[in-house]
Amino acid sequence: MASKKFLYINRKPPHGTIYAQESLEVVLIGAAFEQDVSLAFVDDGVYQLLRDQDTSAIGSKNFAPTFGALGDYDVSKIYVERESLELRGLTKDDLMPLTYEDEDDDWAEKDSIRVVGSEELAEILEQQDVLLNF
Amino acid sequence: MKFGILVNEGPYTHQASDTAYHFSAAALRAGHEIVRVFFYHDGVNNGTRLSVPPQDDRNVSERWSELAKQHDVELILCVAASQRRGLLDADEAKRAGKDTDNMAEGFQISGLGQLIDAGIQADRFVVFGD
Repeated sequence: MASKKFLYINRKPPHGTIYAQESLEVVLIGAAFEQDVSLAFVDDGVYQLLRDQDTSAIGSKNFAPTFGALGDYDVSKIYVERESLELRGLTKDDLMPLTYEDEDDDWAEKDSIRVVGSEELAEILEQQDVLLNF
Repeated sequence: MKFGILVNEGPYTHQASDTAYHFSAAALRAGHEIVRVFFYHDGVNNGTRLSVPPQDDRNVSERWSELAKQHDVELILCVAASQRRGLLDADEAKRAGKDTDNMAEGFQISGLGQLIDAGIQADRFVVFGD
């Protein structure tokens, strides 16, 4: 069966609710199905990718390092909405670096994160077969 | 048309499960197919047989069970989400040394792979959540 284009939309902050953590579990399991996978981070979801997260004071699991493994799972298309960053006073430099090794380019290490405007993101959504909204 | 359904919220607090139920029932009435209903996050709480809502209110779990019985619809609870929240079938309860299971009729516990598979099989995948 031909693979489908799956896009996971992450809209919620990493802590406060369990959505972000459990959604990342879906992405990791889904990676085994050899579909075309992308992730989008919008609204408070952009906080999930903040660098140097430390949850010791709230006693919840810091799952942020797991994002660093996405490249090894062949998940290399990570879109972050520009307007969501700007509204929160963030830039790409505030986000953790996420990379993948490009097998079509002699395994060169490349940036997985692309900051896109809402109009471009809308076009990306339009191209998908399955949108999983968390 | 083949629909896949994802329910991300528990019963009563959110309308998500009610809307998913009405959507699924309407789709089946119109002759469509429901590939699978997958329950994730607090959505797994829809699968308990131990809820006792007041008699003048709907019984969300029982309603799903009846739909599954009438139309042979697969109702799947995510195993990891269920274990966190205390939703256990007989096997899981025994394995965890608990004194009862609480799985409503027609619900089954399985893995997240069933969610991805529903996305692959379905013509349209519809998410009900917050």
